[in-house]
Amino acid sequence: MQDLGSAFMAAIALVRDGDAGMLAILGLSLRVSLAALGIAAVVGLPLGALLAVARFPGRRVVVVSLNALMGLPPVVAGLLVYLLLSRSGPLGHWGLLFTPGAMVIAQAVLITPILAALSRGVLEALWEEYAEALRSFGAGPWRAVPTLLWDGRFALLTVLLAGFGRASAEVGAVILVGGNIEGFTRTMTTAIALETSKGDLPLALALGLVLMVIVLGVNALAQVLRDVALRRAG
Amino acid sequence: MLPIRAEGVSYAVGGAAILDGVSLTIAPGAPMLILGPNGAGKSVLLRLLHGLLRPEAGRITPAAAIRGAMVFQRPVLLRRSVLANLRYPMALAGVPRAERARRAEAALAEVGLSTLASRPARRLSGGEQQRLALARAAALEPQVLFLDEPCASLDPAATRAVEEIIRRIAARGTKIVMTTHDLGQARRLAGEVVFLHRGRVVEAASAERFFAGPASAEGAAFLQGELLW
Repeated sequence: MQDLGSAFMAAIALVRDGDAGMLAILGLSLRVSLAALGIAAVVGLPLGALLAVARFPGRRVVVVSLNALMGLPPVVAGLLVYLLLSRSGPLGHWGLLFTPGAMVIAQAVLITPILAALSRGVLEALWEEYAEALRSFGAGPWRAVPTLLWDGRFALLTVLLAGFGRASAEVGAVILVGGNIEGFTRTMTTAIALETSKGDLPLALALGLVLMVIVLGVNALAQVLRDVALRRAG
Repeated sequence: MLPIRAEGVSYAVGGAAILDGVSLTIAPGAPMLILGPNGAGKSVLLRLLHGLLRPEAGRITPAAAIRGAMVFQRPVLLRRSVLANLRYPMALAGVPRAERARRAEAALAEVGLSTLASRPARRLSGGEQQRLALARAAALEPQVLFLDEPCASLDPAATRAVEEIIRRIAARGTKIVMTTHDLGQARRLAGEVVFLHRGRVVEAASAERFFAGPASAEGAAFLQGELLW
């Protein structure tokens, strides 16, 4: 209990003093997770929309596999990216291992299946409603993909938030491929893991509190944007 | 596109015949009303004629992927503004941008929705939604417009408004092919009647002749309100 109380005070002090080290770590965490979210959205959302409209043999297998991949352990995603980027790996010449770029790739790998699987579910319901009308207008499944992505934009915002939450909260992938290098690849979650193992529980908890407040803020902001847009666009 | 000919068209769902050897010709002229009790196969026939379904036997010519335009019983409106709903199918059909704007404006004026152009389409009332769906289909300037029970869930005032719009579209030379369960509406709109019963065309006649005295016993029973299914 005492730990919690002092953690709370430490968290307030960190924020009040604008602790430069913490701000840098926080900034890197947000940049990495947002970049990963951007990449995953560009790949995952159209993939989800395509799966919602396309009918082909083996579609069910793909859908089930994608749903299973939502539970991909971050440390496994990190390991896969590590093997790809390590000096002897196929992409070793990129020289990305233990850089923020590698962390972006690892988080993107982790959350792309999440965005694809969740958007598939959301957009399949929309497609059921739209299919006949769109076919009547002469739009095939390919043409329906951008239509569904646009018309499902409010529901997809929630999907993006789920992806962002997963990316910003994970530690296993970024610590493997980033290496938790101070001032370079240390993020909020890896810093928490480090401080915990060093025994500085109040600092670890304080960092955790700050991270939770940031994630809460991002979600609240997205919710407000969604509500405003929804009221205007229906 | 016209005439559209259906020859010996059959359609079944899960082994149960919905349509059985239907033949008819859609030629330019006054609205064609497809009448019949519930389950006669009216909606399926419209979808086959429009091209949303493929016949299991028989054929429909011309063999286009989609013939004409269609308005559904429950309007399917995109989650966009009224104006964007009007423009979407025109863009798909390759209507030039300037022409799209001109047609959209004219269509909105015709159905009395000009002041609601920027509203979210799905916030409109039921009657307004159906008028928008009609305007959207009419803006494509199709030769033939299929209407599947367009007034089924509307109150009398909204029904009158929709009928007036249908009349105006028909007057411009678009062939209307429409199903309804409302005999009063059929009398008000029909130029010709196709009477469907248990998946077969029992009668095809001018509206005048059909309503004066159907040639078939089923048609007569239907007009008396005795043929319910």
